[in-house]
Amino acid sequence: MKQSALPVAIILLALVVVWYVMAVILNAPFQRDLDRRANQTPGVVEFIGKTLAQPKPTLPAPHQVAVNFFENTFLRSITSNRSLVYNAWVTLSSTLLGFAFGTALGIVIAVGIVHVATLDRSLMPWIIASQTIPILAVAPMIIVVLAAVGITGLIPKALISTYLSFFPVAVGMVKGLRSPELTHLDLMHTYNASPSQTFWKLRVPASVPFLFTSMKVAVAASLVGAIVGELPTGAVAGIGAKLLAGAYYSQTIDIWSALVAGSVVAALLVMLVGIAGRLVDRAMGGRPA
Amino acid sequence: MTGASPAVVSASKLGLTFQTNDGPVQALSNVDLTIGKGEFVSFIGPSGCGKTTLLRVIADLEKPTSGAISVNGMTPEQARQSRAYGYVFQAAALYPWRTIERNVALPLEIMGLSRAEQAARIKRTLDLVNLSGFEKKYPWQLSGGMQQRASIARALAFDADLLLMDEPFGALDEIVRDHLNEQLLELWERTNKTICFVTHSIPEAVYLSTRIVVMSPRPGRVSDVIESTLPKKRPLDIRETPEFLAIAARVRDGLRAGHSYD
Repeated sequence: MKQSALPVAIILLALVVVWYVMAVILNAPFQRDLDRRANQTPGVVEFIGKTLAQPKPTLPAPHQVAVNFFENTFLRSITSNRSLVYNAWVTLSSTLLGFAFGTALGIVIAVGIVHVATLDRSLMPWIIASQTIPILAVAPMIIVVLAAVGITGLIPKALISTYLSFFPVAVGMVKGLRSPELTHLDLMHTYNASPSQTFWKLRVPASVPFLFTSMKVAVAASLVGAIVGELPTGAVAGIGAKLLAGAYYSQTIDIWSALVAGSVVAALLVMLVGIAGRLVDRAMGGRPA
Repeated sequence: MTGASPAVVSASKLGLTFQTNDGPVQALSNVDLTIGKGEFVSFIGPSGCGKTTLLRVIADLEKPTSGAISVNGMTPEQARQSRAYGYVFQAAALYPWRTIERNVALPLEIMGLSRAEQAARIKRTLDLVNLSGFEKKYPWQLSGGMQQRASIARALAFDADLLLMDEPFGALDEIVRDHLNEQLLELWERTNKTICFVTHSIPEAVYLSTRIVVMSPRPGRVSDVIESTLPKKRPLDIRETPEFLAIAARVRDGLRAGHSYD
């Protein structure tokens, strides 16, 4: 742990330096333009300082994003619609609902595929095809169709998350439910176990590690789905709505801090699923790594 | 044959042909065999001789393609459905998410026994294989020999009169194997079960068996059946007696005769 901290810190530092350099380079043309109009000829240091302090920079400097993120996360009331916590919560709630739907749907599909040969041959191509359609094309249709039947609000957004998150779970669980070794299956056969006994006592426990691995992918996909779902819905709150508003008004710093908020939420979600996976593994007698 | 005792396994003209991509493979051909109650029968032969296949046919894990076989007077399928046998695989095949006692409990849960009955049988069988005190351990916490003993306990908990064992000690080292052989004989004597035992070790076959079935490959068939003249009580050093060595020599001859070295 201690040995790996230094190289990681160095790489991180290098990235920040690269970011600053890029910020200066990308913001320089606009700054030169401004200076020319104001008939100013600043020195190099002053010029660089200015490129890193623009209100609507092409590429915000890391400290600008950090300050914006800090202010909008910790200094605002969490009921304010400018608060990142509030917006993250809006997105998180539809992410979690969509993730729960998606995981359940993925498991149901996997159970069907493993137990019904017809489903195995007929369903899989459709499932794969469903994931090749750009979600941006599908999202507005889901919203419109559901609005037409009177479903609005959280559910349509969550369903877009479901659309993205059921896939990894379905694929992972098909693999997991088929993962028992031949001898383990033969053993059940010698016991004259019923298909449901084989399912609950062998296939389900054997699939648990696969479930958690695919849930890690699914939860991140859910978040992407929730953010994308906010774009065409004209949502007034959520990380997606913040991104859209930032783009409308060229508030690049807001866009970047919304992105940071999104990745923090994603990292937390993946970590939580990972922790849950480890706890379950330990409860199931897993060998400590 | 062993005369008056009723047949536990009876096969006549038994054959099994696998259809593979390279054409049909005759795994078993014309096997005639009767195993009486209380016998300890070993199947020995080079790989591909069909010894494991024969055991799997008895267990209804494979279906014969010709001939007839009965287990406890029933078809293998009926025997399996009435849970007539316990099967020990080459690998211990314990479920890694279950503790040792839950692993032994697995067949009992499937049979729908009461909790009390399960607990009693778990205790009795774990005692029988000297694994008391390891109930709460997970398989990975046990050595290979202990895992295999747990899997034998699991087969015994079933309480079937017939025990089918497919090279159960094949993956273990010599010292552990000797020890488990001794324990298995002791167990057989105490429980009076019928045991079918697949092995590729001549000393193991001779030491354990009342009868040794020598098999040879291409097609898999029985090439010799040797009755052991050793007494039922067998200390490990019986393996140095002339009698033991004579039987081992006969087995070796049988194996050589049946092997074509093509």
